[in-house]
Amino acid sequence: MGDARLLKKLELSGLRLAPSQVWGGLRLVPVLRDSPREDLRFARRTYDDALSVVTLSGELTVTGLKYVSYIPHGLVMTWGPRQSDAIYGTQLQVRDGKRVKVGPFSVRLLHRMVRREDKQQLRMLPLHVAMEGFLALQFGGPDVAWAEYSREALSQGLDPRIETSVPGWASSALDGALRTFELHERQVGMLLFNADVLLSAFIVAHPEDYRALHRTLLEDFYGELLLQYGFLGDAPELGLSLDDKRIASLEDLRTEVTRMRRDWADFHAFMAGGLFGVEVASERVYDAGPFLLQRFRTGLVPSQENHVGEAIVHEDGTLDYLKTYRLSAAQTRRAYLLQQLALSGWKLDATAERLGATRDDLVLRLRNAGFGYLLKEHVLEAATRRQARGR
Amino acid sequence: MAAVTQVRIDQVAREDLVMFVNACFSCTGQREFYGDARGQSVSIEFLHQYILGNYRRLYARTLAAGINHFNQAQIILNLLAAGSPAAEEDRREEGALIAATLRALPPPRAWRVLESLRARRINNRRARAIAREYLAGRADLAFDAVKYRSKLRAAVVHGHVKLPGELGPFLIHGWKKRTYTQPLLEAFRQAHYTQEAVYALPYTVAEGLAARHGIPRDVFLQRIEPRLTAAERLRLQESAARDSGQAPPVDLERASLTKLALYALALKPEARRERREALHTALARAAARVLERAPVSLGRVAAVLDNSYSASGSLEKRRRPLGVALAAHYLLSAASRDYRAFWTTPVEDAVLVGARGQTDIATPLLDALAWGADLVVIVSDGHDNDPPKAVAELTRVFRTKLDPERRTALVHVNPVFDAEEYAPRSFGTAVPTVGVRDAEDLPTVLGFARFAEGAAALAELERYLSARVRQWLERDARRRRSEAPGTSPAAEEGE
Repeated sequence: MGDARLLKKLELSGLRLAPSQVWGGLRLVPVLRDSPREDLRFARRTYDDALSVVTLSGELTVTGLKYVSYIPHGLVMTWGPRQSDAIYGTQLQVRDGKRVKVGPFSVRLLHRMVRREDKQQLRMLPLHVAMEGFLALQFGGPDVAWAEYSREALSQGLDPRIETSVPGWASSALDGALRTFELHERQVGMLLFNADVLLSAFIVAHPEDYRALHRTLLEDFYGELLLQYGFLGDAPELGLSLDDKRIASLEDLRTEVTRMRRDWADFHAFMAGGLFGVEVASERVYDAGPFLLQRFRTGLVPSQENHVGEAIVHEDGTLDYLKTYRLSAAQTRRAYLLQQLALSGWKLDATAERLGATRDDLVLRLRNAGFGYLLKEHVLEAATRRQARGR
Repeated sequence: MAAVTQVRIDQVAREDLVMFVNACFSCTGQREFYGDARGQSVSIEFLHQYILGNYRRLYARTLAAGINHFNQAQIILNLLAAGSPAAEEDRREEGALIAATLRALPPPRAWRVLESLRARRINNRRARAIAREYLAGRADLAFDAVKYRSKLRAAVVHGHVKLPGELGPFLIHGWKKRTYTQPLLEAFRQAHYTQEAVYALPYTVAEGLAARHGIPRDVFLQRIEPRLTAAERLRLQESAARDSGQAPPVDLERASLTKLALYALALKPEARRERREALHTALARAAARVLERAPVSLGRVAAVLDNSYSASGSLEKRRRPLGVALAAHYLLSAASRDYRAFWTTPVEDAVLVGARGQTDIATPLLDALAWGADLVVIVSDGHDNDPPKAVAELTRVFRTKLDPERRTALVHVNPVFDAEEYAPRSFGTAVPTVGVRDAEDLPTVLGFARFAEGAAALAELERYLSARVRQWLERDARRRRSEAPGTSPAAEEGE
């Protein structure tokens, strides 16, 4: 049963794409759901803390594996047939984790990425679930004590593993785009393109939840392309044309406009082709009754666009929640290198061969990717010296 | 060759002027849903300077074209700043136009124009004469001296105007130095010392003094109520109900159509549902009153009205596009033999309309065309996004393939000025776009639509403008004759 819910390929089944709305370089594509699901609702819970520390295992204040990030809000997910609006407001003020004062700042200690709060209620940290999965890739480090690896790498693995991302409010265009966006009646999600490159997808189960969560997209984090491509020009406001030849009456005109709508949807689906329709590797995170919360990532091939994300799939196969993050080229490269190392048992020579490069190349690539701390100093120096002489 | 050049020159001039008049219909230099205030004011200022520099006579005549108050004020200021034209005839016409327009403006706006003369350092003989004439034409200067004290003072000092009676000492020498025989001036003086005198003053002046005396807000609102103007009553409905427990009675019969529509839209949905009948009749009556003044009769009319989220306007123009759409709905239904409204998001009752959802103009437009209208009026900000630019394509194909003889007329009325295009945003070339600020101007604006379409020549546009100028000046002369024999002061309509 569980296997069927685990995603192999993301598909927009039961969802429809509507024509985009453009603001500056940003293109927002509404995702509509014709038959909304009533038994899965999301609400937002705000955290006003400068920093959050999520304990991934063990007790809150005990040393152990932690995920540290700025987390402005979490999502409270409730499911089951008995749904009432009382969920809003009443349970939002529930105590969640622990607040610690650090000088003028407050730090929140949170218990797990996903935490069951009630029989049919789950608190999750949106997108951080996916990001944690990404950071945890090969987190253990070398499993064979090859001589090239530093002592820290052998004893602690990749710890601390760090990635940077860009908060939505870093881009003033995103604020304008979300403000002027006109929500559709049945809208449950949105695809966000910057300079016509897919940055993120966000889908929930119910239109009212999306309406409430729309502006929170400004607080979420995005790949660095949000800023980097923010300097490119405006995205063109595309317009499709109608075929004069096919029109002889008003009815034809109506048919053609319907066709135009369909063309738009197809076109946007094509634009989002780097996420939807490609193979993904997914991993279960939480079983919530008929729903399965999972995280996934695309192939991590450096020459392609890559996304990590989290999704909730129902037993009947509908995609009820989706949030994705587009990895930057550097982030993909790092994940790719780690993957290749792991596949060759962390042996440098074998990995270099796999990549079709020399061992020194690989060492330098590792250093440039920010993994210099994994290798012993003299290994790095020797590689640098040999490379410089060779040139 | 010369003829071709002349034709081209005429065409450019016509396009420029149509663009300018259109911008003057809609733009107020305020923030819009999609555009910020800075962009709007830069854009409209450029247009003013450009037209003033190239088509001075037509620039002045635009004053009579039925443009909005903001742009009338801008034109007056720019004309006064530019000095008098050389030709005797032009000089006379321009002067008469400026004076007539200034008189027709609502007093707060007119006073602000005179105050801006000082801020912009415009002080030529004509500007002084205009200020003097305006002051001489005011029915109750003592009232103005109290309500618009700083503005009147600025105009007097800047324009070297001699004031009659006690006004000079009141404004210039300091009001504290003596007592006055003029009751209003005396009330103003006394109101600084006694609470009782506060209630003899206009509301805007009394409000500050009441706060200084520490008069409780509810007591103040109850006692000042007879002094409230109609606009103030409308504006105070909510806050007065909150502060003093009862809203000042408002005479819905007197409010103008668009103001009424905006008032109705500002009410909460429950309140609107409760008072649905009253609001509906008031709106219908207001529409009928507009038509009494400017009679129009139309045939089978379909209105495609935009109630998408962008119709909610901005902080500075709250719900204005939606208000214009609602007012246009009532106006067109009163003016036409057969009428039907097609909202972008269907509503069961127009009074209960709200700004929500995407802009899908194509579907209601197709419905309107299928209904078989003679005239389709689209009221929208021109941003159709479901699907984008569908209306432009749809109307193009409709014109070329289905209706080349133009049996159905299409007009797009746009309450929003697009700063980047220097014009209200249009739906392609097949539909003429005209700007509008108040729905009351709809008859004028529909008359102007044929120029926006590009069919009429420059000469025709010039004839149209000079005819409007004649009407404008005649109306001003009539108004002055009726007010001349020292009648009671006209009702103050504060903005």
